[in-house]
Amino acid sequence: MTREFLLAGFGGQGVMSLGMVLTYAGMLEGRQVSWMPSYGPEQRGGTANCSVIISTEPIGCPVVTEPDVLVAMNPPSWERFCGAVRPGGLAVVNSSMVKVSRAREDIRLTQIPATSLAEGLGNLRMANMVVLGALVGLTGVVGMDSVKKALDKVFPGREHLVAANRAALDKGLAWVTGGAAAGAAG
Amino acid sequence: MMKGNEAIGEAAIVAGCRCFFGYPITPQNELPEYMARRLPEVGGVFVQAESEVAAINMVYGAAAAGARAMTSSSSPGVSLKQEGISYLSACELPCVVVNMVRGGPGLGGIQPAQSDYFQATRGGGHGDYRTLVYGAASVQELVDLTIEAFDAADRYRNPVLLLADGILGQMMEPAVFPDSPPLPPPAKPWAVTGASGRPRNLINSLILQPDMLEAHNWRLMEKFRQIEEREVRWEEDQLDDAELVVVAYGTTARVVRAALGAARREGLKVGLLRPITLWPFPAQPLRRLKRARAVLTVEMSTGQMVEDVRLAVEGRLPVQFYGRTGGVVPTPREVLARIKEIAGELAQEAGGRK
Repeated sequence: MTREFLLAGFGGQGVMSLGMVLTYAGMLEGRQVSWMPSYGPEQRGGTANCSVIISTEPIGCPVVTEPDVLVAMNPPSWERFCGAVRPGGLAVVNSSMVKVSRAREDIRLTQIPATSLAEGLGNLRMANMVVLGALVGLTGVVGMDSVKKALDKVFPGREHLVAANRAALDKGLAWVTGGAAAGAAG
Repeated sequence: MMKGNEAIGEAAIVAGCRCFFGYPITPQNELPEYMARRLPEVGGVFVQAESEVAAINMVYGAAAAGARAMTSSSSPGVSLKQEGISYLSACELPCVVVNMVRGGPGLGGIQPAQSDYFQATRGGGHGDYRTLVYGAASVQELVDLTIEAFDAADRYRNPVLLLADGILGQMMEPAVFPDSPPLPPPAKPWAVTGASGRPRNLINSLILQPDMLEAHNWRLMEKFRQIEEREVRWEEDQLDDAELVVVAYGTTARVVRAALGAARREGLKVGLLRPITLWPFPAQPLRRLKRARAVLTVEMSTGQMVEDVRLAVEGRLPVQFYGRTGGVVPTPREVLARIKEIAGELAQEAGGRK
């Protein structure tokens, strides 16, 4: 069983760390994992993306071109990658910023106002963790416990941010599982 | 979990490397960045040199003084280091050179490539010499091979190259580090450490008498023969019953392995030979194939290792090639298509014979 993720947004939206936490959580659950950033002549404020693979098998190429799961945090990412999602796959879109105009019939689409939800929690920069919480609920690829443990590994020495990150994860999970917290924040 | 570039740095420190000299170039910058931070913590020396030529000559100096020394770069930068690597080999100085290969020729691009195979495996600079060359395929292997590279460099008193690319350098994977190298660095009585109380050591590659230079070169060649006998390494995956043998190293081997799984599920008898040493090239496993009817070499180049594959099979099997170049990474889907095409031809041939 192999799940391939492509996580995309603009620089500063935290897609790289979103990918790292997800990858680390997979490792803590004993799976084969890889994380691979796009690299190239980038500019501040430009788009960034990373590939994450979580598998029960040894991982071949770590670059994901046809994701099972796409996260699009901003409009250019959605425009660029919506066509790449594998038929039957899932797209999670930050609906605070992306207006989905062209829907695909052959994939699942979840629109989550991640930026607004993070703003509601008092920190815009937690939008990535809101989305990760949603991914836990939508895919079940890793458990929430592992994700929370992974936070400590990925951000050592930043304990003051852990509580806020955990709250954002819970918010995202509640949003997709229809918990009360999500309704209140929506 | 660590990025491949950083993992090389930590592995070098485990191996006892305390001298790093480099000049920035993508996609290997995390390695010097890591060394700049870590080496002072362990009493080491990091210098960002004014050029690649300066960096490799600083390695020459540190190695001559008996230190475990390293430099890293990417293709155009490694071209600049070739003069120094030739001098190091001539002077029998150990060092480790990392090349995170990018698309060339010229400045080329910064995306992954394997087009420095010829340069790496044929010495690279001028003169009669070779270097042991490792091609890693995972972050863990970057760790293991970095440590082994220092060991082998000291054992043979010769530069050792570690080849990877931007994917392996940039990607994060879990990796385990040993606490110490398997063997302590050997004594280096030849090093220039101050001659008080002993005859002086001289490190020099200028030998003007042809007969003396010839003797020196044959002695070096004897050492390279030993490396060929002792150090060749590879990994086999389902070669026993394979009718089609794919040869690929590094990142490309990972792509091929993904395609191999799909091909096997369709009942095709395909196997993979993954060279771990690029020089010496693992010819032996290709010479003892029993059921193979064709070989396919897959590379991120226009065809370089394929020449070693052809030399190894010596015309006994047809050798096909599939390559992407310029920074384009082949997909498992493309490789699978090529495998199926060749498998189809083999089936037709077999049918024709009946």
